[in-house]
Amino acid sequence: MSIGKLEVSVLLDALEKNLIQTIADRKLVDPVMIGIRSGGVWVAEKLHQRLNIKQPLGLLDISFYRDDFSQIGVNPNVKPSQLPTEIEGRHIILVDDVFYTGRTVRAALNEIFDYGRPEKVVLAVLIERDGKQIPISPDCVGTRIVLAAGQRIKLTGPEPLGIDIQTVRAPG
Amino acid sequence: MTKNLQLNSEGKLKHFLTIEGLDRQLLIDILDLAESFVGMSDQRIKKVPLLRGKSIVNLFFENSTRTRTTFELAANRLSADVLSMSIATSSTSKGESLLDTIRNLEAMYVDMFVVRHAISGAAHFIAQHSAPHISVINAGDGQHAHPTQAMLDMFTIRQIKKDFSKLRVAIVGDILHSRVARSDILALNALGVAEVRVIAPKTLLPTKVETLGVNVSHNLVDGLQDIDVIIMLRLQKERMSAALLPSESEYFKCFGLTEQRLKYAKPDAMVMHPGPINRGVEIESKVADGSQSVILNQVSNGIAVRMAIMAMAMQKQGGV
Repeated sequence: MSIGKLEVSVLLDALEKNLIQTIADRKLVDPVMIGIRSGGVWVAEKLHQRLNIKQPLGLLDISFYRDDFSQIGVNPNVKPSQLPTEIEGRHIILVDDVFYTGRTVRAALNEIFDYGRPEKVVLAVLIERDGKQIPISPDCVGTRIVLAAGQRIKLTGPEPLGIDIQTVRAPG
Repeated sequence: MTKNLQLNSEGKLKHFLTIEGLDRQLLIDILDLAESFVGMSDQRIKKVPLLRGKSIVNLFFENSTRTRTTFELAANRLSADVLSMSIATSSTSKGESLLDTIRNLEAMYVDMFVVRHAISGAAHFIAQHSAPHISVINAGDGQHAHPTQAMLDMFTIRQIKKDFSKLRVAIVGDILHSRVARSDILALNALGVAEVRVIAPKTLLPTKVETLGVNVSHNLVDGLQDIDVIIMLRLQKERMSAALLPSESEYFKCFGLTEQRLKYAKPDAMVMHPGPINRGVEIESKVADGSQSVILNQVSNGIAVRMAIMAMAMQKQGGV
């Protein structure tokens, strides 16, 4: 998909379709959906509604689990994570907006496991971009893109959802 | 002794030694961060990896149960490695031995000292003389300051009363010898309460106490009028020998908080005490255990507040 034509609704349609397939393939039963703050929660709210998931949506704030605390510090306005139910033995759909280095997902998994030991976790992201740094990958995506050096992509929201691509420094 | 000693070059918290010189926003940041740590109690594993790999030494030159335990738990919940040392001190050559202790611990790659000491200024002294990467938290120094207690008091007040701006707060008892009172007065004024009132016999008030930004009352019943928050202080029994007070029972008769006297404060007034409480000396058991008492909430909140202070003091430190 070309970068100029990223439509959130189209990506959500694609992600929903892929996620339904993943739920069937991985045999998820009564799954708990958890969004990673902030963008992941916005995507998760849409998917939660579209897939008619029974369990209330979980919200995860990974600030205390980041691996770059000593470099960036901690924002005092971290909101507590809210996981709706017992995690032990459950099937989890973890949702984020953009998958980039993989570090956010690693932190999210660490946090979820501190609440209990889920039986299965699948990862759904709206956009997977290049730049993975650790061996973690999404199970289903809305789209995959490759960005130029120095480009950043993020979801803006919550209403309406949009996609914002910025060049933080000149390529090269 | 500069006030800026507590802040790094970016204005972030580096040491936490006194409330003095810290602005309202920084205090609110601490309370907000503590708020998010309170939510952690839902987790099966009550730990976050923020300070993983950091070493914290609790240096307690003076006895303490509550403070030391909650500092230990707070450090554990941040995944730091903690060592608690209770060190008996000789009264002489303290400067030198203190410095030697610090040098030795520094050589063991410690990242933070939590210090309690009977001498005012001990934590400042350690902060001034320890290696640049080390953070120092004051867990009570002499009659000077007990800033983490003040912050957990503020946290407990905010939890129940929400807004500081309309509150009238009474601090009752031995203000003269109380580091808690000093830190509470500073924090309450920094957070902008409507009034801080101290209620005590003349012998237990510092001279020129009004300069701290408080109103003074020598009568408990009069002093409790319109009060939203009552902070009782422990009557340090050793004061009796110094002839500042006739007797414990005499003190209770005049300044002990009883159910009857509590009625003079606002009906929803909250009762606080930093502990350990002397039942029947400064506070009646019925009040200490009653529905308006938040004394045990204070203890629980101590963990989250100390986590917040330790996390903030350790962030973005250690170079680059």
